[in-house]
Amino acid sequence: MALDNQTVHTIARLARIKIAPQELDKTRGALENILDLVAQMEAVDTTGIEPMTHPFDATMRLRADEVTEVNQRDKFQAIAPSAERGLYLVPKVLD
Amino acid sequence: MTITTLAQLAADLDSGKRSSVEITQDYLARIEQSEHNAFISVNQELALIQAKTADQKRASGDRSALLGVPVAQKDIFCIDGMQTTCGSKILENFIAPYTATVVENMQAQGIVSMGKTNMDEFAMGSSNETSYFGDVVNPWSTADKTLVPGGSSGGSAAAVSAQLAPAATGTDTGGSIRQPASFCNLTGIKPSYGRCSRYGMIAFASSLDQAGPMTHTAEDAALLLNTMAGFDAKDSTSLDVPAEDFSRSLNDSIEGLRIGLPKEFFGDGLDSEMATIIETAVKQFESLGATIKEVSLPNSHLALPSYYVIAPAEASSNLSRFDGVRYGHRAEEYSDLIDMYTKTRTEGFGDEVKRRIMIGAYALSSGYYDAYYSQAQKLRRMISNDFTTVFEDCDVIMGPTTPGPAFEAGSRTDDPVSMYLNDIYTIPANLAGLPAGSIPAGFTASGLPAGLHLITPYLQEAKMLNIAHKFQQVTDWHTRTAPSAIGGKA
Repeated sequence: MALDNQTVHTIARLARIKIAPQELDKTRGALENILDLVAQMEAVDTTGIEPMTHPFDATMRLRADEVTEVNQRDKFQAIAPSAERGLYLVPKVLD
Repeated sequence: MTITTLAQLAADLDSGKRSSVEITQDYLARIEQSEHNAFISVNQELALIQAKTADQKRASGDRSALLGVPVAQKDIFCIDGMQTTCGSKILENFIAPYTATVVENMQAQGIVSMGKTNMDEFAMGSSNETSYFGDVVNPWSTADKTLVPGGSSGGSAAAVSAQLAPAATGTDTGGSIRQPASFCNLTGIKPSYGRCSRYGMIAFASSLDQAGPMTHTAEDAALLLNTMAGFDAKDSTSLDVPAEDFSRSLNDSIEGLRIGLPKEFFGDGLDSEMATIIETAVKQFESLGATIKEVSLPNSHLALPSYYVIAPAEASSNLSRFDGVRYGHRAEEYSDLIDMYTKTRTEGFGDEVKRRIMIGAYALSSGYYDAYYSQAQKLRRMISNDFTTVFEDCDVIMGPTTPGPAFEAGSRTDDPVSMYLNDIYTIPANLAGLPAGSIPAGFTASGLPAGLHLITPYLQEAKMLNIAHKFQQVTDWHTRTAPSAIGGKA
């Protein structure tokens, strides 16, 4: 399956990954090969088949609406790249 | 030189012949001597504290089966206070703030964790060559060829095979326990989906990921699985079934066992030496009273295509959490929030992880969902239904674990799709959620191990281990030691 460079950049943007210009051809080629493999699915008639989202069609359990976790904010924020006064710091989003 | 099993170590500990501290020190010394790059981190201090605690517990009457036995943990399991990298640069300096349930369960039984084993980055790979922490050497490498240990649990496989640990944990999303077990002459079990908690096990593809034991023998696999498995309320897809002893039926007779051989697993692409080894192994089962029947899994050729939609789609969602905000690597310089995410991820992820995230993002993107993700899930159902049909008159499915033996390092890194073909026989069991395993079945003319693949019905791990154990009672493939294994009997 042929991908154009614009599509590769779009996919990369969706994935929040940047493809360097010198890697573009190689990346496009690899993605095309994987999509060629995947394309074998197209020919299969799956009319009336229910999608299987999960082995044994298990459903997610619901738990009682009770507080079970203790507050470990300090412990978790100790490993953050940048945190201050209980907040995770990121570049300014609003002016 | 011969193998040292968990069962032997447990007996030595029980009789007081040796202490956990002594055994652990012995293995830690081997890890230091080794040049396999099987470990990403080793925590000697913590291991010896755990060993000492185990010895004290034993002195005060604790008789847990594997109390004081040291093992290696795949570096995909979070352990509180320990570096947990998942083989990725993005988690190079990540110190986990909590412990995975599987590890917690093992520690509650007094098992000692010596360190974290090398792996393909985020468990995406079949050769351990996508690890940020370097390639792992297969202990079965020959004088003239450096072979890969398989992946993604390549470090765990190499560690056990090189006798750096008597057993290790692994995880299997598309074959990541079984393929390296096959390449390194080990017993590797992927339990039914949901048997072992996924809590604290860094997620790759959540509807497929499953943890399991990597050991020399089926008996050891049963012992280790006993400590790993169990319902966990913290994992929303954990199986809520009664606890069972996976060792209980190891010695049962397999007279009358019905073995199904899917013709699709013996077609083009299977190495002829592998085919001969597997046929010989199956004949061995016949002499133990089993009956053999050719069966068909007509949709198995669709497993690889559907897997390479489902796994990347789930991965792209799971790995969106690595954004440089709450933990892990963050880029040094950036202009705004999106730039920070993008630079962090571009620097932190390796090529294979990037490819899979992009394939997943594409498959899930607007307008493509039905053609890719939904279609893949329908094929998944068809593949699963094939197994249900076959198991109507078979107790176990057998075949080769991999199309060929361990290959040379660097020989397939340029072609991702040829690498993916390694998992062609193992992926169907993940899609269906069935228990499956690989056991040593023989060697090629050049001395490389070959694994026999077993797939059983849902929740039939004990039966599978029984089948494997009976085979190991009449064969000695699993007792052969690798050329670069360290030391003698531990």
